[in-house]
Amino acid sequence: MSVYFTKDHEWISVEGDSATVGITAFAQEQLGDVVFVELPEVGKSLDKGAEAAVVESVKAASEVYAPVSGEVVEVNSALEGEPGKVNEDAEGAGWFIRLKLADKSQLDGLMDEAGYKKFVEEQH
Amino acid sequence: MSDNTATETLKTPLHALHVALGARMVPFAGYDMPVQYPTGIIAEHTHTRSAAGLFDVSHMGQGWLVGPDHETTARALETLVPADIVSLQPGQQRYTQLLNDDGGCIDDLMVSRSALPDTEGRLFLIVNAARKAVDFAHLRARLPANVKVDERPERALLALQGPKAADVLERLLPGVAGLSFMTGRPFKITLSGRTSGVYVTRSGYTGEDGFEVSVANEDAPGLWTALIDQGEVKPIGLGARDSLRLEAGLCLYGHELDETISPVEAALTWSIQKRRRAEGGFPGAARIQKELAEGPSRIRVGIRPDGRAPARDGTEIAGDDGRAIGIITSGGFGPTVGGPVAMGFVPPAFKAPGTALTLTVRGKPIAARVAALPFVPNGYKR
Repeated sequence: MSVYFTKDHEWISVEGDSATVGITAFAQEQLGDVVFVELPEVGKSLDKGAEAAVVESVKAASEVYAPVSGEVVEVNSALEGEPGKVNEDAEGAGWFIRLKLADKSQLDGLMDEAGYKKFVEEQH
Repeated sequence: MSDNTATETLKTPLHALHVALGARMVPFAGYDMPVQYPTGIIAEHTHTRSAAGLFDVSHMGQGWLVGPDHETTARALETLVPADIVSLQPGQQRYTQLLNDDGGCIDDLMVSRSALPDTEGRLFLIVNAARKAVDFAHLRARLPANVKVDERPERALLALQGPKAADVLERLLPGVAGLSFMTGRPFKITLSGRTSGVYVTRSGYTGEDGFEVSVANEDAPGLWTALIDQGEVKPIGLGARDSLRLEAGLCLYGHELDETISPVEAALTWSIQKRRRAEGGFPGAARIQKELAEGPSRIRVGIRPDGRAPARDGTEIAGDDGRAIGIITSGGFGPTVGGPVAMGFVPPAFKAPGTALTLTVRGKPIAARVAALPFVPNGYKR
């Protein structure tokens, strides 16, 4: 299993051609209390960069973009009733979607954990 | 990046204390203000509803209108607002709106009659931060020469709100618990050996019982710290201030009020007392009296979207036949309600609580219902 990170503050945990996607602990911290998560339908094909989900805090709505292309094979429907899981455990129980990867080479441009940590420090 | 033409962000006298508390600071109405503290908006909101929340609202505009006697000052202000100011008793406070000549709202504000005989003829005003320059210029331009506008930028404003607010403030300012809702008077407070004069009103912007305390800028940090040190009190940022006032069904200037919206349309007819409705004599009286007699073409209502998705400001409102009828002006998540809440404008035919509406959120229809305001019962001590 390898974990990648994007500049849009998403994490992607990859096992074979299956990728679990969520927002980072840093992102949930910035958003504040999450009150609603809108997830895509299972079976939907997402192109890299397409809107995959919407996460709403008390103050505002933010889009979550597909970090890589793939088909949505599972969504975390627990977030519908308990959106606060995103705040409690953003990089675990607060995952958003599971994708079947269309092109594993798209992972090459992403950051590893150390790279993301450095990126966040440089941005803030 | 630098931009020499940019105006400098203003700071309230409590800025350093917010930063020390770990607040996330955001620009608001030209000021660098706390939007939330580390516990987050929901915890701050809930704390205010159950105990006591302390707000820095020093960015708001404060000032006195100073005339020769109450009757003269009140009559002068009545030419610009639709509330009955003349009948205010000493110490009494009233909510009203500065109107333009078309009956739209330049701002909404609080007006207090001075509580003491030695300051007879004075009215204390509190106006919105983003509108204070416009408001005070308007007042200066329109009031007669014998009523002076005395802006008080050297005063800070703290709000203590919630069911424990009276118990807490009574410890520091004995006597405040005896004030009734929408009244106020001056008090003296001694902190660290220094005595200062404060003006306290029993009012606020959360739907809860509470107080607003006007204090000299140099004494504000001491008062803030003394209040925060009380066990029941937590600091509350602008994020929870917005969710609290939304649940309380209170208007926010720039959302439910602007220069095109009349107080009748904003469902603020209660703030236009009987004598003024009959006599007029305020800007835009012709329009407002017509709306009072025949009903306005649109009216502010509360809206509860079904499900959990918040419907934000700018969301289109349709009737159950799909035809667009209005727009949401404030919308978000109500922590006490436990779901999305909103306010918006609809034609009066759609104003009854329970009326089915359809909202378009991110291109998708969401069912919603008109709801009575406030969403959460208020805790005012009358």
